[in-house]
Amino acid sequence: MSTRRDFLKQSGLLVVGLGVVPDALADPLAAAAQGALGPGPYPDVDFRQLDSWVVVRPDNTATFYVGKTDLGQGTGTAFRQIMADELDMAYERTSVVMGVTDVTVDQGGSGGSDALQTDGWPMRRVAAEARRVLLDMASTRLSVPVAQLTVSAGVVSVAADPTRRVTYGELIGGRRFNVTLRGDNINATTGMAPLKPVQQMKYVGQSFKRDDIPAKVDGSLRWAVDVRLPGMVHARNVKPPVAGATLVSIDEASVKSVPGFVRVVSKGNYVAVVCEREEQAIQAARQLKVNWQKPATAPFPASENLFTFMRAAMPTAMGTPAAVGNLDSGLASAATRVEAEYEVPFQGHVSIGPAHAMADPSNDQLTIYSNDMKSYGLRDGVARFLQMPRDRVRVMWMEGPQAYGRTAADDAGFEAAFLAKELGRPVRVQWMRNEETAWDTKGPAFTMKMRGGLDAQGSLVALDYEARIADHNHIGYNEFDTVLIAQLTGQRKTTPARGGGGAVPSEMYAVPNQRFVAHVVGMPLVWETPLRTGNLRDPNGPQVAFASESFMDELAVAANADPVAFRMKALAASTTEDSGFKRARSIAVVKAAAEKYGWDTRPSPKRVGSGEVLSGRGFAYAVRSQTIAAQIVDVEVNRRTGRVFVKRIVCAHDCGLVVNPEGLRRTVEGAMLHSLSRALHEEVTFDTEKVTSVDWASYPTLTHADTPESIDVVIVNGDPNPNRPDLPHYGAGETACKPLLAAVANAIFDATGVRIRRVPFRNARVLAALKTARV
Amino acid sequence: MSNFTLKVNGATHTVDVEPATPLLYVLRNDLGLQGPRFGCGLGQCGACTVIIAGQAVRSCVRAVSTVQGAEVTTLEGLSQGGTLHPLQQAWIEEQVPQCGFCQNGQIMTAKALLDRNPSPTDAQIRQGMAGTLCRCMTYYRIQAAIKRASKTITAQTDPTSEVLA
Repeated sequence: MSTRRDFLKQSGLLVVGLGVVPDALADPLAAAAQGALGPGPYPDVDFRQLDSWVVVRPDNTATFYVGKTDLGQGTGTAFRQIMADELDMAYERTSVVMGVTDVTVDQGGSGGSDALQTDGWPMRRVAAEARRVLLDMASTRLSVPVAQLTVSAGVVSVAADPTRRVTYGELIGGRRFNVTLRGDNINATTGMAPLKPVQQMKYVGQSFKRDDIPAKVDGSLRWAVDVRLPGMVHARNVKPPVAGATLVSIDEASVKSVPGFVRVVSKGNYVAVVCEREEQAIQAARQLKVNWQKPATAPFPASENLFTFMRAAMPTAMGTPAAVGNLDSGLASAATRVEAEYEVPFQGHVSIGPAHAMADPSNDQLTIYSNDMKSYGLRDGVARFLQMPRDRVRVMWMEGPQAYGRTAADDAGFEAAFLAKELGRPVRVQWMRNEETAWDTKGPAFTMKMRGGLDAQGSLVALDYEARIADHNHIGYNEFDTVLIAQLTGQRKTTPARGGGGAVPSEMYAVPNQRFVAHVVGMPLVWETPLRTGNLRDPNGPQVAFASESFMDELAVAANADPVAFRMKALAASTTEDSGFKRARSIAVVKAAAEKYGWDTRPSPKRVGSGEVLSGRGFAYAVRSQTIAAQIVDVEVNRRTGRVFVKRIVCAHDCGLVVNPEGLRRTVEGAMLHSLSRALHEEVTFDTEKVTSVDWASYPTLTHADTPESIDVVIVNGDPNPNRPDLPHYGAGETACKPLLAAVANAIFDATGVRIRRVPFRNARVLAALKTARV
Repeated sequence: MSNFTLKVNGATHTVDVEPATPLLYVLRNDLGLQGPRFGCGLGQCGACTVIIAGQAVRSCVRAVSTVQGAEVTTLEGLSQGGTLHPLQQAWIEEQVPQCGFCQNGQIMTAKALLDRNPSPTDAQIRQGMAGTLCRCMTYYRIQAAIKRASKTITAQTDPTSEVLA
């Protein structure tokens, strides 16, 4: 039973209200502001009811309700395309509502690049089921068997007499389907209707423009940061100045004179100030005198000693090696052996807009207005954190600054809820820049040892990967006992999360003797630390592929082979393991990238030039789940300044069936440039007390000046049977992040003959390496 | 608290705030505008950009007392009579934004750039935009959209030239 369906029920009885109710549903935020969805409670939406997913109005428009959020990659537009296609409704007459916990089914929000790969399937099936039911209704209405009906753009016609027709809106508009669906879980949701063969889908494969963009460029979009409620107040946090510090006392008199001061709220080591106006809260947070006790021991080593510390640390979790053949004998019998070690520091999510949320405690409930990518997790987490019944909490997902995993641990949402309950007033929490950059969740640091062996013919016969990952106590998804306020208030888990999941190479090379293993290490301070790790876009792939694909180039150098030809030889090597045709598809993708680039076969490095700017090319490829990306970059390395400029990027990309090609291209571009930023600039720095990278000057990222002059994205479908009717749509949000760090490192080597094995490739590091090598 | 009179997007407003209040909070919280957004409060990222006297100004570090009487234009004020500015149109044509949070700063900074120099070179675009950050890394598309808008604007001002876009 959902509130939304109560409304639908009413709308079926109350014809006058038909136009009003669906409009309120199409904009749940406006509806909530008007109290239109009722005062609660807010029970789960029943995914086994067709009405929970699809509403068709009398004017023959449809709205789809899905439990996902769109992080700016256009998934909302893609959902409309696949659902309009299966429903046979005109795309322009559809809309989509996403991620509002009491209005849309719980598909978990976003994460894992699974929007189309996983969640697209129940969406297609329920839309197909709605079409089936509507055709049955039309058959009765027109007294013609379903087999003799055709449907297009929401109009059902008799095939032999197209003048006899009825619209979906006339058949169902404003009334409930009342059709029960099947499925043990939401991903398995299905009706009786079969899916359309891909060849009959007309919106899939078209580049519809994103439906969210116009409001983002004319200023009309209402973001989560824009929510204003009567009686609201503004809160700012006061963080411990040293990681692991303990609160001793607060001098509240130090802020009593601040205009608009409302209250200081503290619990454990969590401290916030609340004021009537935003600038007042900022001033009060700066002015508040708090006495902190530093921890007895240093919370972490200084960042310049991070990798030394990680290599010496006792692992908190030992990985289980994934082995093929016998690595030791493979290495022992190799004609040539190569070893190298690679390092990637902590890198931040560093959202362009710091964490924020608004919580409204009216009616002994909580409504949280949030950009949380996992709004359902926030709802569940807040309910447990505040020990409230789950159906008294709802989360309205709204657009926000994206941080690619940051809001999976939505600290501000929990804090706003906590403060709203304390004060009994709507509270808006906004983190400041230094707070966000220092204290957001971090992508884990990696140190990776690689060993390899070549036989006398230069073929790869042994490959070893052994990683240490600083990922102990990896933060999960909005857990009530791991978000920062839970840690600071002492309401935390007894056992830290293991971390490091699956952080081994993904490439499909067939190596007869291979061992991949990853161990997890921790920093001395496990809780209440700004070096808490979370899921940063992928979340381990860019680090792993930096090592594994840099090392493939080092092996190719040892074999005096062209780097692409060397990889093709390893991909084509005989093996029976090829789940999802990933090896065949890898070969197709590597070939497509080389062809688009115009790759000529030669070993690296090229002959080092004599000018100030040295140019080179680099290749890397990676697999994520079922999606494959191969990238080639051209770099220019300035031997006077050490600056690396990536001038051109070519990416071949296979994510199976493509729903929106232009949307995909932009997603891939963004993913690659995000990784370019990580390759060239990004590193979290810290001393033995605190994080010292706290703003855009101390945590530099990619800028307009670094933007490549050309980017080509080649969409490949390397499926052995690309015309099959059940061609799957795989995920595309993160794969293209993976290869780029290695591609750039390989290009720097090609240009200069110097191998950089430590990320990021900032000017000073590159210049020092060039000088050491006398380039 | 003191009274300050502001002209924003052609309308006059009087607000009663502390003189040091950053313009950003007045625009957002007193006038209800949504274009300029808080990104850093340090003038580093550009998300809060507005245009004052032809200059792209970072409203998070500009005290309200210093802009009394000045004409302030925000993203909401760029369109004229319901017609989008060529930059906004180009942003849609090039499908620039991903999350879109920074795009206020990108568009407003580009507006000030094109007002000064309607036909910037690639290097001038890179340099002029370098301090305006995007975390979805849409820079490549932003630069394409600025070039597209530049063509539209120069064609509008020179009726003999053709729109190449």
